[in-house]
Amino acid sequence: MGAIMEAGLEDVDVERVEVGDELPVLTKPPITRTTLAYFCGASNDHNPIHVDSDFARAAGKDDVFAHGMLDMAYMGQLLTNWVLQSSIVSFEVKFAAIVYVGDEITCRGVVSEKIVTDTGFDLKIKLKAVDQHEVVKLTGEAVIRQALK
Amino acid sequence: MVDTQYINQPFPPLTVDVEMGQLKFFAKAVGETNPIYFDEEAAQQAGHRSILAPPTYAVTLGCAVPDPFARARQLGMDVTKILHTNQRFEYFAPIYGSDQITLVATILDFYEKRRGQFLFMVEETVAHNQFGELTTRFKQTIVEHR
Repeated sequence: MGAIMEAGLEDVDVERVEVGDELPVLTKPPITRTTLAYFCGASNDHNPIHVDSDFARAAGKDDVFAHGMLDMAYMGQLLTNWVLQSSIVSFEVKFAAIVYVGDEITCRGVVSEKIVTDTGFDLKIKLKAVDQHEVVKLTGEAVIRQALK
Repeated sequence: MVDTQYINQPFPPLTVDVEMGQLKFFAKAVGETNPIYFDEEAAQQAGHRSILAPPTYAVTLGCAVPDPFARARQLGMDVTKILHTNQRFEYFAPIYGSDQITLVATILDFYEKRRGQFLFMVEETVAHNQFGELTTRFKQTIVEHR
C-alpha cells in the first residue's frame, strides 16, 4: 500500500478483509432533475433524453431518466470511500434497469474472492445498486489490488 | 445485415485537456465529499500532483467532442434510442487535472440480436497521458432497441 494516505480517508487494511465482508453501504439522495442537469454538463453527455422531458416523451419515454454513468459514478464512490483509488485494478458494471427521477440509489459491495498473489492480495468485489424498492439497477465487479506492507 | 466495415479499425486519436473546473463540477454533480476530487491543495497534500479524476472520468473525456455519438451515427444507429448496457474500466495510471489525455477508440463488435430488433455496439478506448503513459483502457456496450 502507498505510504501516502488520501485526505479524509481511513484506508481499509486489506490483509484483514475476508470473503463475505461488506463494504460500507452508500445511499445517495433521491435523483432530481437538477441532479441530471448538473451531470449532463459535468459528464459531457448532452443527450437531451436525460434532461428534456419534451424530448424524452417525443422519443417514446415516460420522462427523462438518469445517465448510466451517473449510477456508475455513485458505485465508484462506494469503492473510493473504502480503498485508495490507486488500488482499483478494474471496475465493470452492467446497467440492469433504468434509474428515474425520484429514485434513491443505494450501492453495496461484498468481497467475493481473496486471492493471494506474489506481491500481495487481489480482492474481487461483487457490486449491486438498488433503488428504494430494492429493484436492482446495476450489478458489477471490481478488482482491488494491494501490495503486502 | 449490419455494416461491419468499421470493426477493429481505430478511429483518429482525440486529445483533450483535463479541465480543473470541469473536474470540480463533476465532483459537485455526483455529491463527492472527498476533497482530493475537487480541491487542488487537498489533493497535493495527499500526494497527488493535482485534483484526481474519479474512476469513471475517462468516459467523460471521451465525450469531450462536438458529437459524442458520431461513431454510433456512422454505424447507422438511431442515437435517440440507444441505451448503455455495460461499461468496464482497467486502470494503469491516474488521470489528473491539467493533464492532456489522448484517446483512441476502436469498435470491437457490432451485431444484431432477435432478428434485428436489437443492435449492439461494443467500443474500446485506450487513454494515454502527456507523458505517453497508458492511464486507462475502457470498454462500453450500447444497444439500440429498434
